[in-house]
Amino acid sequence: MNDIWTGLTSAFWLIVTADADLIEIALRSLQVSVSALLIAACVALPFGTWLAVRRFRFRRATIATMNALMGLPPVVVGLIVYMLLSRSGPFGVFGLLFTPTAMIIAQVIIITPLIASITHQAMRELWAEYHDLLISLNTSRSQRIRTLLWDGRRALLTATLAGFGRAIGEVGAIMIVGGNIDHATRVLTTAIALETGKGDFALALGLGFVLIALALLVNYLTHVLSRTEREGRW
Amino acid sequence: MTAPMTISLTDAKVVRRGKTILDVGAFTLDGAGLSIVLGPNGSGKTTLLKVLHGVARLSEGTLDWSVPEDAARRAQAYVFQSPVMLRRNVRQNLAYPLQLLKRPKAEVAVKVADWAARIGLADALDRPAPRLSGGEKQKLALGRALIRQPQVLFLDEPCANLDGRSTREIEALLREAHASGTRIIMSTHDLGQARRLATDVLFLLNGRIHEHGAAKEIFAAPKHAETRAFFQGDIVE
Amino acid sequence: MIRILALIAMVWSTSASGDTLRLAVTTSFHNSGLSDVLLPAIKADTGLEVHLLVVGTGQALRLGQAGDVDAILVHSRTAEEAFVADGHATHRREIMYNDFVLIGPQDDPAAVQGTASAADAFARIATSESAFVSRGDESGTHKKEISLWQAASLDPQSFRGWYKPVGAGMGASLNTAAGLDAYILSDRASWLNFGNKATLAMLFSGDPALFNQYAYLPVNPDRHPHVNAKAVQTLEVWLTGNRAEQLVNGYEIGTEKPFHFNAQSPAVDP
Repeated sequence: MNDIWTGLTSAFWLIVTADADLIEIALRSLQVSVSALLIAACVALPFGTWLAVRRFRFRRATIATMNALMGLPPVVVGLIVYMLLSRSGPFGVFGLLFTPTAMIIAQVIIITPLIASITHQAMRELWAEYHDLLISLNTSRSQRIRTLLWDGRRALLTATLAGFGRAIGEVGAIMIVGGNIDHATRVLTTAIALETGKGDFALALGLGFVLIALALLVNYLTHVLSRTEREGRW
Repeated sequence: MTAPMTISLTDAKVVRRGKTILDVGAFTLDGAGLSIVLGPNGSGKTTLLKVLHGVARLSEGTLDWSVPEDAARRAQAYVFQSPVMLRRNVRQNLAYPLQLLKRPKAEVAVKVADWAARIGLADALDRPAPRLSGGEKQKLALGRALIRQPQVLFLDEPCANLDGRSTREIEALLREAHASGTRIIMSTHDLGQARRLATDVLFLLNGRIHEHGAAKEIFAAPKHAETRAFFQGDIVE
Repeated sequence: MIRILALIAMVWSTSASGDTLRLAVTTSFHNSGLSDVLLPAIKADTGLEVHLLVVGTGQALRLGQAGDVDAILVHSRTAEEAFVADGHATHRREIMYNDFVLIGPQDDPAAVQGTASAADAFARIATSESAFVSRGDESGTHKKEISLWQAASLDPQSFRGWYKPVGAGMGASLNTAAGLDAYILSDRASWLNFGNKATLAMLFSGDPALFNQYAYLPVNPDRHPHVNAKAVQTLEVWLTGNRAEQLVNGYEIGTEKPFHFNAQSPAVDP
């Protein structure tokens, strides 16, 4: 209990004094996770929707694979990306290992199946609802996808926030491909791992509370900006 | 005004899971009438409407139009028994079919306002459509169907779940649409409604058209025993 | 506010300012806190931005072999010499040393305090089957620990139950030892700087067998042409120069100075 209290006061002081290191790693956490989220969303949202409206031979297999990929252990993704990006690996020439870009790549791989899966689930329900009407109105496939994306935007928001939560709290993959280099690839989660490893629990907890606050803040802001909870909206 | 397009079925048959649901052979929808399709549950009314509209697959036979396919599909509209409401407000629901055609915003706004008034939802434009009452939803669905001024309008038991007042309002709208040249074909359980609206009547039984003719004639003197029994209110299969 | 915006700009920019160099170092070196002192001085004196990858000796060597870093700083002589012999590094340059110490529960159930040698102390732990946490990660510390068991004619592979290899860095392993109230071999500097000592204490030290030499190995630019060879050279010169000597020898944890600078001028070599 005492440790937790010290952690809270640690967090408080870090924030109040606008500790430069804290701000730097917090911003980097956001940079990596938000970038990964944007890329993943651009791929996953249309794909999940398309999968809901299109019938083709390997549809069931594709859906099953997508859902299974959600269970990919992040640390294994990190290991594979590491081997691919290492200088002795196939993409080593790009020199991406131990950079924030490598971390973004790893996180995109981890969260895309999650966002796609939730999107697909929601879009499938919405498509079942709209199916007869949209067919009757002779809509094109792209018109259907656009209508579903727009009318289902609340579910899409949930999907992206789920992806963001996964990304901002991830530590295994980005530790491996980023290297947790001070002033280069250190983010909140890897810093927590580091400080815990040094036995500095107060600081680790402090960072932990900052991370929680950050995640909650992003969620809250997103809901406020999209006014999803306002009366009369759906 | 040009004559409305014709929709024809040839050797039409629909078989699902080994069962013949529809077997109407040759059938043509033309002219300017208001046809009512009658028949017991499971007789294939919905399937016939969907097949004519081109949204249900034929197992045998062909569907043809008197105009090119694209134009044909754009000139039709369908109102489902359970109205499908887009998760938007009334205004956006009405505007949707026009937006699909990429009509200019000004034109859309005018038409939406006009039709909202016609269906009696002018002061509900900003209300979320899924929250409307059953009657209001059906009126909205009908307005949305008519806003593109279709040549052919299909309705599948539109008043099945509505109260008397809403039914009257819907029927008034249908009469107006018919009067302005829309070919209408609808199914119903309500014999009274059939008598009120129909110019011609079809009686469907086990997927086959048992009777087809002018409304007055069919109601006065139905040819088949099953039809008579149905009109009397018996259960027919 | 301006500070925050400046930081945002800095974090978002993809190009690094100044010359950068990737150096893989052992966790024991980093956990001592010495790197926090040296890095700013290096930046100030040479303009070099050193990116530290803090990993175990084993992974540091692998990184050097793959060419993912420009140089490594480790403390496992036999492994280093093999590394140079295999052509992965151009040479090894000794920089400084500290010593290993045996940490354990305050009440010392194996009675290692006051034993004659490190090997003896280890033998006592094995006999009493007291809980022992091993690094278990092929690091320099781990290799030293294995050598001590072998000096006591014991085979760690045969240990059961009380011997716990954790496969983690120095700090994390110390954490585990603190949590289990177990014995553990640590370098002095990491122990002094460790923040969660709980009921552990330093029980044995001073045996020459516990000597711990750190060396700098530049990755071979012939094998990996992308390596920043010039920066590597600059850093080596700095690490073996007077400023480094001052900082290393003067580095204090509490009242102790755990590191001793012992770099010598390079042998004349083509």
